Amino acid sequence: MVKVTYVAHDGTQTTVEAEDGDSVMHAAVSNDVDGIVGECGGSMMCATCHCYVDEAWQDRVGPRSDGEEDMLEGAACEVNDRSRLSCQIKLGADLDGLVVHLPEEQF
Amino acid sequence: MSRESVVIIGAGQGGLQAAISLRQNGFAGAITLIGDEPGLPYQRPPLSKAYLHDGNAEALRLRPDSFFTSKEVDYLPETRVEQIDRAAQEIVIAGASGKRRLGYDHLILATGTRNLRPPIAGVERSCDLRTLRDAEILRARLSQPQRIAVIGGGFIGLEFAAVARKLGHEVSVIEAAPRLMARAVSSWMSDHFAALHRDWGTALHLGEAAVAVQGDGVTLANGTTIPAEFVLLAAGVRPNTELAEAAGLEIENGVKVDACLLSSDPAISALGDCACFPDPRTGRPVRLESVQAATDHARLIAARIAKGESAAYSALPWFWSDQGDRKLQIAGYADPDATEEAVAEGIVARFDAQGLAAVETVNNARVHMKARRLLASGAPVALDDLGEIVAA
Ligand SMILES: Cc1cc2nc3c(=O)[nH]c(=O)nc-3n(C[C@H](O)[C@H](O)[C@H](O)COP(=O)(O)OP(=O)(O)OC[C@H]3O[C@@H](n4cnc5c(N)ncnc54)[C@H](O)[C@@H]3O)c2cc1C
Repeated sequence: MVKVTYVAHDGTQTTVEAEDGDSVMHAAVSNDVDGIVGECGGSMMCATCHCYVDEAWQDRVGPRSDGEEDMLEGAACEVNDRSRLSCQIKLGADLDGLVVHLPEEQF
Repeated sequence: MSRESVVIIGAGQGGLQAAISLRQNGFAGAITLIGDEPGLPYQRPPLSKAYLHDGNAEALRLRPDSFFTSKEVDYLPETRVEQIDRAAQEIVIAGASGKRRLGYDHLILATGTRNLRPPIAGVERSCDLRTLRDAEILRARLSQPQRIAVIGGGFIGLEFAAVARKLGHEVSVIEAAPRLMARAVSSWMSDHFAALHRDWGTALHLGEAAVAVQGDGVTLANGTTIPAEFVLLAAGVRPNTELAEAAGLEIENGVKVDACLLSSDPAISALGDCACFPDPRTGRPVRLESVQAATDHARLIAARIAKGESAAYSALPWFWSDQGDRKLQIAGYADPDATEEAVAEGIVARFDAQGLAAVETVNNARVHMKARRLLASGAPVALDDLGEIVAA
């Protein structure tokens, strides 16, 4: 199991235990974490699973995947260099303890 | 007086979203979500894609069990709504514990569609792909090599065909129309995907109607038989409108709703696959079968009920289909009679009397997102504007 902490826009923190291989988006949705929608189910179609990777984790999470950059253009909130589509971040032992911050809205 | 209550019929993508959005908008009344399928609400798109490969049903779930307790949504699975009594504002439901009546202040119809069963002899021998149960059966069938015939060259049939080919089966697609996905995409895109599927080794029979399904294959109108041990029927769907119709609601290729997604009864809304609504761009009645329509409809209806907002529906349609390693993306919505203009390789613009209606792209998220922005802005778009986007 891998721990992920979601920090909502208002500062509320939720930590969940996710399966190895799960995406950060799916881990949030299946644990009922508000603030990540993931409307298209991880098909990179909707940009409603936008998150900001915590600075301390940025290097380990790695770069955006193919096409992700373009889809992020459709995100509802400001996109910065820590922005990712959380459906594209796959969890593994190397990301145990990952912290991501959530935007104010996804639409 | 008891708390205000909303009852949602159909616990698919749109019905569940309505429950989620009602709570997000601060609705404090009772919410009952009723669905005739077993288990937790799930998403259908992966059923013809990832699920056929990985069989991971858990990944399809839209919300965990805990959602229903924490958000106080009374979820009744394996329960069918049999009747709407508009005069009494009650519905009749039938589940494991028998029949009972349930009152509502507002009712949301989210009953979706069911597969069309065309009058083909022996059609009962073929399988459907609509529900998780259907997909489980298909997955089991795909475990051993065989010849597969797909009746219907639409999105679902083609997605399935691409997966089956990849798994090494011999696949034939039979389509009565002269081209693939004819109702939804340009002829350029149809031809493009026809070439891809042929490249992948699928036999396409275009402009050929299936007339009979036998134990050993499918017979076409021209008399030839396509040998197959297994047949998937993916020849389109029909909206589930019987309940609404029996209750006397206006029906027109779906439950007819106005720009606020209200049916002809102001206490009843309809959304998603079962609803026919005015296209925000043209005003023409349209019924869309997409995750986007189901969820955007749900959000608008929830905001109206929870906060009294009366905004007209204005969301821009978008759609995708994954076939093999190609992602077809459509921004906007074009009628079948819209004209087409190939902007560049893999980018097609569709125009109608009102101007640009839709942009179709293949494996091109950049142009897709730009097109979505452009179309959503509502400004008139010329072909040159698109050329600029593509060049940028
Ligand atoms: C295999 C497949 C692949 C797809 N791929 C894509 C895709 O790539 N992209 C995309 O945008 N869309 C896709 N779709 C379409 C998308 O899934 C639908 O548009 C969406 O599910 C519609 O949501 P809905 O809530 O309107 O209906 P549904 O999700 O179909 O839910 C309706 C529910 O209501 C239930 N119901 C009906 N009548 C009653 C009753 N009387 N009592 C109780 N329950 C009732 C039904 O059993 C069903 O569970 C796909 C669909 C399928 C089947």
